[in-house]
Amino acid sequence: MKRLLFALPVALFAAVVAIFAIGLKRDPSKLPSVLINQPLPAFVLPAVRPHDAGLSSMQFRAEPRLLNVFASWCVSCRVEHPVLLQLKAEGVPVDGLDWKDKASDGARYLRVNGDPYMRAGNDRSGRTGIDLGITGVPETFVIDARGMVRYKHTGPIAPKDWTNTIKPLMDHLRAES
Amino acid sequence: MNRLAAAVVGLSITATVAHAVLPNEQLSDPKLESRARAISQELRCVVCQNQTIDDSDADLAHDLRVLLRERLLKGDSDEQAKAFLVKRYGTYVLLQPPFRPETLVLWLGPLLVLIAGGMGAGIYLSRRRPQTAEALSAEEENQVAALLGGQGR
Repeated sequence: MKRLLFALPVALFAAVVAIFAIGLKRDPSKLPSVLINQPLPAFVLPAVRPHDAGLSSMQFRAEPRLLNVFASWCVSCRVEHPVLLQLKAEGVPVDGLDWKDKASDGARYLRVNGDPYMRAGNDRSGRTGIDLGITGVPETFVIDARGMVRYKHTGPIAPKDWTNTIKPLMDHLRAES
Repeated sequence: MNRLAAAVVGLSITATVAHAVLPNEQLSDPKLESRARAISQELRCVVCQNQTIDDSDADLAHDLRVLLRERLLKGDSDEQAKAFLVKRYGTYVLLQPPFRPETLVLWLGPLLVLIAGGMGAGIYLSRRRPQTAEALSAEEENQVAALLGGQGR
């Protein structure tokens, strides 16, 4: 009995340490998206690139696609950019949403750094980004063939994020559709 | 010493609460504006977490303040305006978490810990052996009397 009473606080302390240790490893800046398994919010955005058609939520049908939120002022987008260009080379359909940016700045960014996007829309006011629950750029949504959001990646996509998480999901969604 | 006093006074004059709400964001209707202020003090900035959107200088917090005021101008109730943001960013944006199955531990945990601690303390106190003084034996009484030099009984 005495021994149990002594062990109890020690066990409680160990439990608290374990909970804090798990908490420290989690990134609080990564919010779970409320859009998962919800339809992509409706939007129609003007073009980023001159003589282009822009981007609409209705275009996310028929096949699974990536929707990448970027901006010319965003530093970590430049880190991610080579990965997106690689995806384009592999034939992965990626669309771009230029968030809180002038279309001309977005177009120049794509001209200088390379253009990984099949379609691109400009969200000057940032309202479409807010509808999507964007907390910063870059963020990337995986959208299935029915126009449902299936996954959100916060921050730049590293090659390992693509091979470990996003590619398997895209393959699964392609098999599903 | 005078310098110190001057510094203290100077600091206390300039140390006002920082508010990030800019004049050009404010609504002309003071009633609506005070409602907007109250709501935005309950909403978490998703960029600089643990600041309210009322306090935050983040660009997105500015956008959300403007959006909130637009909703109020369109006739949203306080609850509708909050629900509008919760629909986009989740209940995470509410600094006062709602009472829901997934927040039960958060709301009831402290109470449970208090009850468990109270029960533990109760058990400990009730089990503690009562300390009663035993009467001295006749021999001990004699010893005490001898030590006190016959002054006792």
